[in-house]
Amino acid sequence: MPRTAKRNPVDTIFASVTAIASFSVIIFIIGILYVLISESSLAIGKFGVIKFLTSTDWDPVKESFGALTNIYGTLITTFLSLIVAIPVAVGIAVFVTEISPKFLKGPIGIAIELLAAIPSIIYGMWGLFTLSPIMSSYVEPFMKKVTAGIPLINILFRGTPMGIDILTASVILSIMIIPFTASISRDSFNLTPAVVKESAYALGATKWEVVKNVVIPYSKLGVFGGIVLSLGRALGETMAVAFVLGNNHRITTSLLDAAATITVTLANEFTEADRDIYLSSLFYLALVLFVMSFITLAIAKIFLLKAERKYSR
Amino acid sequence: MRMDVEIEVRGLNFYYTGNVHVLKGINLSAYKNVVTALIGPSGCGKTTLLRCFNRMHDLYPKNRYEGEIVFQGKNILSKDVDVINLRSRIGMVFQKPTPFPMTIFDNVAYGLKLKGINKRTELSERVENALKNSAIWDEVKDKLNVSAYELSGGQQQRLVIARALAVEPEVLLFDEPTSALDPISTSKIEELLVQLKSKITIIIVTHNMQQAARVSDWTGFVMLGKLIEFDKTDKMFTAPSEKLTEEYITGRFG
Amino acid sequence: MTREQTRKIENIFALTLSALAALIGLFWLVFILGDVIVQGIKALNLSLFINDPAPAGVEGGGLRNAFVGQLIITLCATLIGVPVGVLAGTFLAEYARGRKIARVISVLADIMVSVPSIVIGTFIYAILVKPVGHFSGWAGAIALAIIMIPVVLRTTENMLSLVPWTLREAAFALGAPYYKVIIQVVYRGAATGILTGILLSIARVAGETAPLLFTSFNNSFFSLDMKQPISSLTVTIFQYAMGPYDNWHAQAWAASLMITLFILFLTLLGRFIIKWRYKG
Repeated sequence: MPRTAKRNPVDTIFASVTAIASFSVIIFIIGILYVLISESSLAIGKFGVIKFLTSTDWDPVKESFGALTNIYGTLITTFLSLIVAIPVAVGIAVFVTEISPKFLKGPIGIAIELLAAIPSIIYGMWGLFTLSPIMSSYVEPFMKKVTAGIPLINILFRGTPMGIDILTASVILSIMIIPFTASISRDSFNLTPAVVKESAYALGATKWEVVKNVVIPYSKLGVFGGIVLSLGRALGETMAVAFVLGNNHRITTSLLDAAATITVTLANEFTEADRDIYLSSLFYLALVLFVMSFITLAIAKIFLLKAERKYSR
Repeated sequence: MRMDVEIEVRGLNFYYTGNVHVLKGINLSAYKNVVTALIGPSGCGKTTLLRCFNRMHDLYPKNRYEGEIVFQGKNILSKDVDVINLRSRIGMVFQKPTPFPMTIFDNVAYGLKLKGINKRTELSERVENALKNSAIWDEVKDKLNVSAYELSGGQQQRLVIARALAVEPEVLLFDEPTSALDPISTSKIEELLVQLKSKITIIIVTHNMQQAARVSDWTGFVMLGKLIEFDKTDKMFTAPSEKLTEEYITGRFG
Repeated sequence: MTREQTRKIENIFALTLSALAALIGLFWLVFILGDVIVQGIKALNLSLFINDPAPAGVEGGGLRNAFVGQLIITLCATLIGVPVGVLAGTFLAEYARGRKIARVISVLADIMVSVPSIVIGTFIYAILVKPVGHFSGWAGAIALAIIMIPVVLRTTENMLSLVPWTLREAAFALGAPYYKVIIQVVYRGAATGILTGILLSIARVAGETAPLLFTSFNNSFFSLDMKQPISSLTVTIFQYAMGPYDNWHAQAWAASLMITLFILFLTLLGRFIIKWRYKG
């Protein structure tokens, strides 16, 4: 900032105002950490850390709470949604950057943005009223039939196909993640300098070979960072999943069973918590989720910073 | 002395994205085992002309060629030419060094792997030859598995030349290969070009006239999309036939 | 088959797969939007906008209170979040440029963006609902503002940084104090980008449900009182969709359509402003 000979008083006021505004960020971060920890202190005191994280109890009546069923649900739905979303998103990014004719690039870009802008509650509505019936009437019975004979896989499809289960929730989650992951991948791919791609073409490579051997390795770190960011998004997703997951606190191997995630439990039970220990346990869950999303953010940042450093020579 | 023609350009016209007429009626012969330089003011078509030889323009929409470029008896501009194959016989080195995000060895082996050569012994042999021909073998022979990004700019450019040489093309195109390099790297590469011509045919675009004079045997002067003059380098630089050539060479414009 | 033929086939195969991926993406967009439009239009009628909700299970009624409530909450959130975000972004891009504090706040802002919105809801519940003893519109608005601030901060900071330093120097050379340089010159240069960032942040919070679930909660009556629980479209959709009544479901679809249209409108508006401004 330039030093002028005499300090204009309005300057000092304006500078201070902007500084205060930006400190709100600091205050928020400190505040939320403090609040989450202090609100869960009752539960932390009663259940400790390891016991809470590994306990499958969730009994408001007996006042015994554990996070494992929720963590399990969160991780499973996130993992399944990423398995589907990543290839599709990377495929879209490859299409948009390398294959699509110029006139299509704009419209498809807009389509991705629109898909990303749809709020999660709309996904939830659509999931509940449209997707879920389709899943329970066609897709899930089909999956059951097809996997009936295969030994380990048929465990995944045991139970009555109701449409309100891990599978449906994962499908919705994967559709939600696709645009975000596709955007970041596309931006990473575009950072590959045209000259490097041309060098590969000049050696006689086909388009796919250029993508596979040059573009993807070049943008590997950025794409990976984007995937981890998507993971973070999926972890914290509430409404899209709340409509179609049910709220059943248990660890199950069947994708056709209802389950619980941290976010859905919070959404459904927060206002019902009638006892202090119940509420405190819910805050404890929120704290666990906060830590999980912080860790994924940190990992993503490491990748993205590495990417920046590697190619800005 | 009878000179064999490696590439013959006949009546070449080139249009960018639709209808911008950039190259106008070019005729020239690039002779075998000779360095042919293309000089001329910036943006006047020399790079555009170079990129016709390996059909680089195909990568971008709506570019159009007219006329013929005859290489080994075939017109390489015709629609039924296998461009992928063509590019392994007419290679290209660009202005900025462009190593791939791989090890030094993998970079040089890339073109070979594309062609399906996978045997380790054959790859090692051909990579070594390419690096030797590119006068960089001694500098990298102990660190073949190191990332190519660890090399300096001048070394990276020689690496890229080795990569292009590995597939044993008949022709190598150079697009201002030293403009991003320091004087020492530049002179190393100029030496390299003179050595290489005994094995392959070289066409080089350069905006540096002294470089053209040092390195090439034949020179073409391109201006505003037209080939103004094409002649033996010594003749072009001492007694040019066209007035425009003379004005360019003596620095009247540039 | 020669190696070259194999490579060509592999090429076509891989490229077709990626085109397929693009088609899948488009398919979902059309399917979901189409559904929202079809189902939403079916339930759209004037009563939705002029009437307040009927008692549970009774036919008829509307969502006037929810529309109004959603508007008020979003407006209040914008009035809090946008100025804070813009000023904070200004601090990072101007007064603190290059200094360590800017890096620190930048990283913290990234963390702030990644906090799940429902966790923000619990945070606000603890500090603004529990102590007071009841839900309130203000709690909801502030929860939304917290979501908006880091988004607006980031776009403002980026847009201001894009304004070339020479522009500022020219203003200084004319004798302007720094705050005037910022407000009269730099803001002007970055205005379009900042405006787009603001529009997009509004689009983002207009559809949020989770942070409102235990802050502004819901209200089946018409109310303009922000100090008490207030109705919002998003929470109502959640409630109605999970409820047992068909007419509730229908109204939820209609509300979904309205919200989607609003958000899509804002998103497209933001993009077109950028295109129009930078067409030259």
